[in-house]
This record gives sequence, structure tokens and C-alpha cells, in this order.
Amino acid sequence: MSAAHSIIKTVGITKVYGMGDIQVAALNGVNIDIHQGEFVAIMGPSGSGKSTLMHILGCLSQPTAGQYFLDGEDVSQLDKVQLASVRNQKIGFIFQAYNLLARTTALQNVTLPFLYNRVNPKTKEESLKKARTMLELVGLGSRMNHQPHELSGGQQQRVAIARALINDPVMVIADEPTGNLDTRSGTEIMNLLHQLHEQGTTIVMVTHDPKTAVHTQRTINLVDGQVDTITHNGKHRIETAEVPYEAN
Amino acid sequence: MKPTEALTIAWEAVLKNKIRSLLTMLGIIIGVSAVIIMVAISAGTEATIQDQITSLGSNLVFVQSSMMRGGPGQAQQGGLVYDDAAAIEDGVTGVTAVVVEQNSSETIKYGDVTLEDVEILGTTVGFPSVRDMEISDGRYFNDQEIERKSKVVVLGYSLAQELFGETNPIGQYVKIGNTKQAVIGVFTEKGLVGNTDFDSRAYLPISVVFQKFTPSQFARFMGDSVRMIYVEVDPDANLDNIITQIELLLVKRHDVTLDSADFSVTTQQDIISTQESTTAAFRSLLAWVAGVSLIVGGIGIMNIMLVSVTERTREIGIRQSIGATPNDIRIQFLTEALLLSIIGGLIGVLVGVGGAYIFGALSDMRTVISVSSILLAFGSSAIVGAFFGYYPADQASKLDPIEALRYE
Repeated sequence: MSAAHSIIKTVGITKVYGMGDIQVAALNGVNIDIHQGEFVAIMGPSGSGKSTLMHILGCLSQPTAGQYFLDGEDVSQLDKVQLASVRNQKIGFIFQAYNLLARTTALQNVTLPFLYNRVNPKTKEESLKKARTMLELVGLGSRMNHQPHELSGGQQQRVAIARALINDPVMVIADEPTGNLDTRSGTEIMNLLHQLHEQGTTIVMVTHDPKTAVHTQRTINLVDGQVDTITHNGKHRIETAEVPYEAN
Repeated sequence: MKPTEALTIAWEAVLKNKIRSLLTMLGIIIGVSAVIIMVAISAGTEATIQDQITSLGSNLVFVQSSMMRGGPGQAQQGGLVYDDAAAIEDGVTGVTAVVVEQNSSETIKYGDVTLEDVEILGTTVGFPSVRDMEISDGRYFNDQEIERKSKVVVLGYSLAQELFGETNPIGQYVKIGNTKQAVIGVFTEKGLVGNTDFDSRAYLPISVVFQKFTPSQFARFMGDSVRMIYVEVDPDANLDNIITQIELLLVKRHDVTLDSADFSVTTQQDIISTQESTTAAFRSLLAWVAGVSLIVGGIGIMNIMLVSVTERTREIGIRQSIGATPNDIRIQFLTEALLLSIIGGLIGVLVGVGGAYIFGALSDMRTVISVSSILLAFGSSAIVGAFFGYYPADQASKLDPIEALRYE
């Protein structure tokens, strides 16, 4: 296959909350397909199920029904321990609230995923070296030994991005990455994500802000737990051999 | 996660919350140091008793008046008499020395100093050697002085201090009861042996005590009664055999049966055994009390760890999101609890050893710090940490990553 392969492929993903008589379906048969190297936004109003979808795509929870192939592997039936390993190896998270460990330096925060890496264990020197490289990549080479409270919001989010990339994941999931930032810092973070995308990183961004979503290649709009529309945002579209989704 | 990494994380967590860590450890510190100090005190008490009993003199058999014959309303009679001592010395083989003692209580005066209820001990020439006492000044009385009922007295160390202070007591006269007695000697300090204070007594020829301080209306018929006969035996002799000989002799002399005997025969070994069982009970009581405080310390650790898990829910969520398994989280918090209890245990050992040492130095009580109590206390602190740390760690490992990440 000359084209990029599927990183995310879901088949009829359903998530039902609640027990007994009262059951709420947060997701109701979601089929999406995201290819390697893509930059995709998932949008939707409150209650549309976008957080639930993000949690499933991020292997933080499992679907009630349906299948989820991450990087070609069916992860919908894995247990907690296996899911933890998948998160460690294949997924990098960027959160709205940065979620760095307090009173821990930027460098230590970035090396944290190595701690739980059983597949490719690294020595302390190797992890520190890689973490320094990543921090330089996100433009924080001079602030490696600063703790989160000594950094601005934008800088903290850069640390989080470096941490997300440290284990060479197959994709990065960004949950409202600019939600806590002022416009300028938000733009900087978006530019950084673009830069990563151009270097080949697959990015799935969850957002409610159309102005942010427009910077991605396409937007998957969720309504009531189902894929409503898929919008192509034009300029960043990459050529793929097959287009498995229905373009509007 | 490697054990060294778990330890590093735990160490950093302990350092990040220094005050809280210290408070958490406090229970363990108190528990461990209490175990060490209490065991040290009881071991010290035991050792002191052992030493004192040994210092009574070796190979002693104690023959003691245990009951007076005669019913209610009758004057006291019976018990040991002075002549029994001579009979034992002549009639029992393996005896090297026999010493008699009879006591009373009198007021002693010297100059302006008046001491009431001072113990007066009438005894014989062999007393210093049998009871392992030494004369520091002057001399002890001799057989002639006992024979002649000489008005002489040898003072215990502290009694001499109280009466004379800086003055040299030798050659001075003290008034005991209504009798003037010449001080001829002072004993060196001996201290408490069991409940007996050897230093606060006045030692007189036994004949003087019989005549002046414990006259008996039956003395004419029965002989002068005595409280105690010390029988020093040949170290190579069979002790049980000698005891039997003494018992048979006295039963015959007193015309009683062994069951109704008016005397009792004990050995140093009997005294040691009694004391040992008392101190063993004391020690195990202390150990239990200290053990309970260790458990309370453990519950303290569990409390703080539960609070800590709640407080760090977000951190747990972050770690889970980047790939920590439930077991990783469990190990992290268990290691932290263990580390807290082990550091607490180490500090407790330092405080305990230091406390026992200072306590021993500042008080009259002797303390003996035993390695086994240190190991026991430290070992239990680690076990307590593991036991009480498991539940909070397990709670942490069961957190749902999404809920944990949402936690504010």
C-alpha cells in the first residue's frame, strides 16, 4: 500500500452508561477512520459524546460494543494492564489542563512515560537525553529544570507535548489543547502542533472551537453519539489512495 | 517500574511533604522508641536484680523465721533462736560459716541530729564476709566484743553521712534508744539489695541487741530469737543435701513437722527465680503496651496514606494516562508507606537508643539496650508499614483513569 495505513479504525463503536433500566448511550455506532500522518479534529456540542469517544480512542475506557483497531491491533477487548501498555507505547496525551506533575521539573515530567515503558526499557541516561531533545524541539531547551508553577500556561503545554511524544507514539490525542490559554499562546501551541504534523505525527484533536478546528485537515462532527458530518478543511489535505469516509 | 525507580518516586514524595511525612512517621517513631526504651528499662531492672543477688555473697542458704508458734493472745514464741545457728554449724556437713541476724528499730541521736525508726541490726562476726560488705573506715566488731556485750556500733554508709556529715564518726558516741554506743567503723556504700537498704542501718553485736533492744521473756527457756540465719556452704557441696540436713535438724530441735515448720529455707536461686518471673511478666506487659503503640502508628500511616491517595488522585490519573498499570500505582503507594515506616523505624531506633541511654544516665534506673529489641521494633515497624500501607495502595490502584483525571 503506497498510502498511509489506518491508525484509528472504529467499527460500530457504542458506549452505554448506566445500569438496569436507565441506560444512556453516549456513543451509538461510531465509524471513523484516521490515517497515519493525518491531523483531525473531533467536534461536537456538549453531550455529543466527543469526550467519551476521546476516552475510547485514548484507550482510557473500552467500548460497550463495536471494534476499535489502533495501529492495526484490535484493542477493544484488552484488559486494564494491556490498555495501560497500549497507552504507554502508542498514544501521547495532551490535556486542556496540561496535567503535569506538580513540584516536578519539566525534564522529569517528560521522562515520566519511560518509567512505565516495559517494551523498550531505557537507561536513565538515555531517557534524559531523549527528554532534553524533546524539550528543545518544543522550544523549552532553557527551562528544563523549571517546575510547572514556574512556567507559563503555554510553556506548560509545551512540556506536555514533549511528554506526549517521548515514547514515539503512533498518534497524539489532544483534548482542547488551547482551552486554557490566551490567544497568543494558543496560536503558538497550534503552530507547534502543525509543525509536528508536518514532521509526520498523527494528531487527533478534540475541540468545541470551530476556529481551532479549522486548522486541521478535516473535522469529524459528532451529534448525539453519532458521526454527523465530516468537513474537509482544504489546505492541509493530504492525498490518500482511498477515502473510506463519505465526504460532504 | 523497577524497584529503584519506585523507591526514587517514594523518596521524592516523602521529601515533597516533609511536615506531613514527619507527622505520619511520628506514630511509628514513638512506637519503636517506646519498645526499645521499655525493654531497656526492664532488662536493666533485671540485670540490677541479678547483680544485687549475686552480691549477696555466694553459696548462701537463708534460714528465716517464718511463723511464731502459739495461739492468739499468747506472747510470741518459737521461730529461730540463737542456738540454732550453733547447732547448724556443728550438725550439718558442708557448712563453712553461719551468721545470725536479729533486728529492731530505734531512734539514733548524735549532737543535734535525731533519726527516728532506724533499723538496728544485731549480728555476728561473719556478717561482712557473708553479705559481701566492706569496712571503709575503722573496723568491724569481734567475738570478744559480742561476748562482753560491748557498746559498739558500725554504721551503714548513708546513716554515717546523715549523722556526721563531714565529721569523722570513728570514736564518736551515738545514742541508740537509751544506750550510748561507740562508733568503731563505717561500711562502704552497698546500695539497695532487693528491698533492703544496707547503707541506712546500724550494725551492733547481736548480744547487745538481745539485751537492750529485743529482750524476750522466753529467752531463759528458749534462747534468744533471731530473724535470720545465713548459712554459707562449701561451693562443692550438694546444696539440696545441705538444705535437707538443715530442715531435719531444725524440725527436730523445734519439735515441729516440715508442714508446720516455724522456719523456711531458701537459696539464692529461689530468690533469683522469683525475681525473674516477676520481671519477665513486667517486661512482656511493657512489650505489649509498646506493641499497641506501634499498631496505632500503623493506623496513622494508613490514615495519611488514604488522605494522600485522595489528594493525589489527579497525579494517579496522569500516571495512568501515560501507561502506569494498576500494579505500578499499587507499588508506588505501598513503597511510600513502607519507606515512611522504615524511616520512622530508623528514627525511632535512634530516639529509643538515645532515650534509653539518657534515661539510664539521668535516673537511678539502669537501662540495658538489647540488639534483639532494636531488631524486633524495627522489624515490626516495617511489617506494620506494609500491612497498613496495602489498603490505601490498593484503593489507589483501583481508580478509574478518567475519573482520576477529572478530579479537581
